[in-house]
Amino acid sequence: MKADAHIVPVKVYLGTFIGLVVLLVATTGIAYLNLGIWNTVIALVIAITKALLVILFFMHAYYDKGLTRVVFSVGIIWLTILIVLSSADVFTRSWTPVPRSWAPDIALHQNQK
Amino acid sequence: MSEAAVKQAGRPILEEHFADLPAQESARKLGMWVFLVTEVLFFGGLFTSYTIYRQLYFAGFEQGSHLIEVKWGAINTLVLIVSSFTVAMAVRTAQVGKRGRATVSLLLVTGLLGALFLFIKLYFEWFHDFKEGLFPGVNWDYHGPFAAHVQLFFIFYYFMTGLHAIHVIVGMGVMFALAYLAWRGRFSPRYYSPLEVGALYWHFVDIIWIFLFPLLYLIGGRS
Repeated sequence: MKADAHIVPVKVYLGTFIGLVVLLVATTGIAYLNLGIWNTVIALVIAITKALLVILFFMHAYYDKGLTRVVFSVGIIWLTILIVLSSADVFTRSWTPVPRSWAPDIALHQNQK
Repeated sequence: MSEAAVKQAGRPILEEHFADLPAQESARKLGMWVFLVTEVLFFGGLFTSYTIYRQLYFAGFEQGSHLIEVKWGAINTLVLIVSSFTVAMAVRTAQVGKRGRATVSLLLVTGLLGALFLFIKLYFEWFHDFKEGLFPGVNWDYHGPFAAHVQLFFIFYYFMTGLHAIHVIVGMGVMFALAYLAWRGRFSPRYYSPLEVGALYWHFVDIIWIFLFPLLYLIGGRS
């Protein structure tokens, strides 16, 4: 058991905690500045940083090698596929012209809106 | 004495189908990580549809976001961050073999912080929003710009925070059960994998909220 155990120093936990609180204050404060699209970008970057702090130190992913990292990375990859491919479908629909023979369907669709 | 014969609180610490404690511990942790990945995809469906509709109806979502209070979201984020810290410390106290009630009280504090989170969510947010007429389909009283899209935002708001709240309730149950086991003297520096696995789940619940907070409360600028 000893070989596998990661007893993380209290200092690391405290540092992680303080980092999380600082980032929480930062993201809340920045929301009150009007930065346009950057509001969203910065909020997401801070959220990802906070999540990484929790995963790496609180959840010990920084100390766990091998399988834990594989599983964790696979989760991120699958989530990325889910979001990116679904968005790619919806947001590129208008890029290509619809064949004429489909036109009645389109009219139907627009009526429903 | 071989590991197989060691008992804590009347139960052997090594299940008979594992060769030794490290094998048992890594199997348990791996199992929890795999479960958490399925949970990521479980929430992933909501996050994906949220992303798409937010992009399509951004103005409505921004308007909706301004109707809920940043204050409560931020306070609840702090509550969960503190609880993540206390549960991490609870595992550590068992790892280093602290005597006394340190593990039990840290686990109880974690569970109670979960209860505080739910209380704030339920009382200051959901009830309040409901009374304000911000509950789609049942009590809807907002007729300003983009009303239909604001409704859609609130549907996402209730489903995402609701699914998260269910996870907090489950996590609280886990914390109180672990506190009971710790009180019975089930954990020691040799054996603490249930604590570790329970803590992983609690951290996951914290992470989901870390994303929900900016996505729901902080859309667009506030100034």
